[in-house]
Amino acid sequence: MSEIFADILIQFLNGLAGASSLFLVAAGLSLIFGVTRIVNFAHGALFMLGLYLAWSLIDLFGRSTLLGFWGGVLAAALCVGAIGAAIEVFVLRRIYKAPELFQLLATFALVLIIKDAVLYFWGAEELLGPRAPGLRGAVEIFGRRLPEYDLLLIVAGPLVLCLLWLLLHRTRYGMFVRAATQDREMLAALGTNERHLFTSVFFLGAFLAGLGGALQIPREPAQLSLDLAVISDAFVVVVVGGMGSIGGAFLAALLIAQAKALCIALGDVAMFGTIVSFSKLTLVVEFAIMAAVLVLRPWGLLGKPLALARGGSAHASPLDPPGQLFWPTSLFVLMLLAFAPLGGDRYLLVLMGDIAVFALFAVALHFLMGPGGLVSFGHAAYFGLGSYAAALAFLRLDLPAEAALLAAPLAGGLAALLFGWFCVRLSGVYLAMLTLAFAQIAWSVVFQWNDATGGSNGLIGLWPAGWLKDRTLYFWATLALCAAGIFFLWRTVHAPFGLALRAARDQPMRAEAVGIDTRRVQWLAFALSGAFAGLAGGLFAFAKGSISPDTLGVARSVDGLAMVLLGGVHTLTGPVLGAAVFTWLQDEIARNTQYWRAILGLAILALVLAFPYGLGGALKRLRGAS
Amino acid sequence: MTLLVANGLRKAFGGVEAVIDVGFAVAPGEVVALIGPNGAGKSTCFNMLNGQLAPDRGTIELGGKNIAGLPPRAIARLGVGRTFQITATFASMRVRENVQAALQSFADKSYGLWRAADTLCREEAQALLARVGMADQAERQCGTLAYGDLKRVELAVALAGKPRLLLMDEPTAGMAPAERLALMSLTASLARRDKIGVLFTEHDMDTVFAHADRILVLDRGRLIAEGSPAAVRNDPTVRRVYLGAGTMYGEAT
Repeated sequence: MSEIFADILIQFLNGLAGASSLFLVAAGLSLIFGVTRIVNFAHGALFMLGLYLAWSLIDLFGRSTLLGFWGGVLAAALCVGAIGAAIEVFVLRRIYKAPELFQLLATFALVLIIKDAVLYFWGAEELLGPRAPGLRGAVEIFGRRLPEYDLLLIVAGPLVLCLLWLLLHRTRYGMFVRAATQDREMLAALGTNERHLFTSVFFLGAFLAGLGGALQIPREPAQLSLDLAVISDAFVVVVVGGMGSIGGAFLAALLIAQAKALCIALGDVAMFGTIVSFSKLTLVVEFAIMAAVLVLRPWGLLGKPLALARGGSAHASPLDPPGQLFWPTSLFVLMLLAFAPLGGDRYLLVLMGDIAVFALFAVALHFLMGPGGLVSFGHAAYFGLGSYAAALAFLRLDLPAEAALLAAPLAGGLAALLFGWFCVRLSGVYLAMLTLAFAQIAWSVVFQWNDATGGSNGLIGLWPAGWLKDRTLYFWATLALCAAGIFFLWRTVHAPFGLALRAARDQPMRAEAVGIDTRRVQWLAFALSGAFAGLAGGLFAFAKGSISPDTLGVARSVDGLAMVLLGGVHTLTGPVLGAAVFTWLQDEIARNTQYWRAILGLAILALVLAFPYGLGGALKRLRGAS
Repeated sequence: MTLLVANGLRKAFGGVEAVIDVGFAVAPGEVVALIGPNGAGKSTCFNMLNGQLAPDRGTIELGGKNIAGLPPRAIARLGVGRTFQITATFASMRVRENVQAALQSFADKSYGLWRAADTLCREEAQALLARVGMADQAERQCGTLAYGDLKRVELAVALAGKPRLLLMDEPTAGMAPAERLALMSLTASLARRDKIGVLFTEHDMDTVFAHADRILVLDRGRLIAEGSPAAVRNDPTVRRVYLGAGTMYGEAT
């Protein structure tokens, strides 16, 4: 028994140590969100940058000296802080007035750029950092060894919390930060220079992320996948704690780190006659906590309902029914696309197929985001579950591909029905985070359920037999199904359901007052969107012949967001345009350079800065002006 | 023959009793004003009637059916239209679409996924807009309308469900005096013509005394007076509540 106790205690202390870094990142994210209302997707990338910079700077200053190590850690954090300030000045400041989703897209572009910058400077290999001088040993607790460095980390979290509290509550600067968090327009009206405040908050937030990363140097190797892993952890912590609440972030970081540690400590436990492997549940557990907290306390443990920013977002313009030429033109474009692969260009065939699939995916996501006003950060879940459902029906049930494809929209729709039930109870950033959480749960289940899904290897051998074996015919089938899906969703936007959905987005109270069940309408929109995303996923699976957990990873969700935002949220055709440009760009650049992410990121940044209303929006404006 | 009967309504928030044993009735075609100083409980009363809040105690009968505690959309479907203190219209839609969305909802067509919404209930929407004098602006986007026009659109939307009762929360707040008069005259004439009962809260006493058939006065959660404008105007309790104890200007002399 004492064995188990010692195990649990050690994991508890481990959890405390892990909580500190998580807290630092989350506190920075929370501060930035509180003041600027920007959800900084690049915060994980800043963490990663802190880790890499610390590795190099410690090397530069001297690995073995106390001054070298801690000087390196501090210098790395300061560098990251400066980079954060630069990001605010050169990028975000220019788009504060743009819809908030564009700010998100811009920060995601930064993720791509930072990732490739790190790849360029440090290479793709994992880098093992130095141990902290003077803290290389371990202390013995109940016969278990705990690294001394972990003890230091355990202290670091609460220490930073205290310092932050003092800064926020005992200084004039802190008073401004708190005031801006509560009501930024009022603060500006009182004559405070917002620019300095925003830049400094970005510096502080980025500094904390960098510090969180740099402090991890003796504990975990620097690697390129940290950015997205850390940002989803940090999102969860911030949302569980309550956006903008530093104390909440600390509490949530503790809770989640402990829950994870407990899972590891429990290991495999016999329960209800089967072995439940708790150590495999670590990925699920944090998102399950988040889902539970959001449903029970929608503003997080210590959060408050968000103050609405006044006059921030421009009204969407009316969605007029398509003009006389719209459907004929669409049909004509469709015919052109259908003829494209007849030249026998294999590459073109694959690219066009991808574009068709992602156009449907983007339109499905747009259906929810545009008319529905419900931003999904995790739409890849429905796409990916569609892929897996079709693949499993094909491989395990031996269904022909035509029938297996039916499973895709079904799975996507059912998953969206389940997740959507929770999601429509929230709004705005919280809703977005919850969709991300569900997507991560779906991802981790697929990733860890080796027996059914093939785990990280995925599923292979998804080649349809019969007439679909012919790649051109398969392309035509894909094109037809995607076009039909897009056509249906567009009809729906203009149907009474679409009107009710837009009514619920524009004025939920008014909509209820005319008898519209807004939650149910939004829930159904979720299911519809999920079903068509699932269909796109199913078509994708048979086009590629194999699928992996990446099919429902964060990156795919973000791809979808980028397509929709590039195309423009407030136009119907925009997402199709966005999907085409995005898919083509990604493909084109990826063939020519290993730094395709950075180029894509720069392209997104340029587009966001040049066309803050998306490509479709820009076209609409051009037409309006002429 | 009454339309709405509220009986013994009570609502407390924590330890604060916002509404205490309030009861009143509204008849078809009658325009009733609910007035009182800030914090008197007008909004709480209103939000219990429209379903935003559930009363702690008491009944609200609409045509004999108890609607207390029903959600707003259910109450709306039973024939209660409402307008909001801060106009709530669907800003991204055209004026006509605002009314169409409401009409389609009341016709149980909101779950239609295929047929175009544009042509559905179009004539009805135009007719409603004509009634509030907005027919010529039907194709404008709501987000670009002047405030007074928005109020008219909202009235048309509220009328879409063919309400028996119209609840208007400070219908003329933020409007210019001439617009106030026009909107309330329009409302009163529609109410009398179609036998719609109207209950409205209002701070502007000119509007109240010009248009209300009957006035209910709330103070600190209680109904302190009720009656015709003339009776309420001369009620000493009401005067005390509105003008203070009356000693400052030497009323005693």
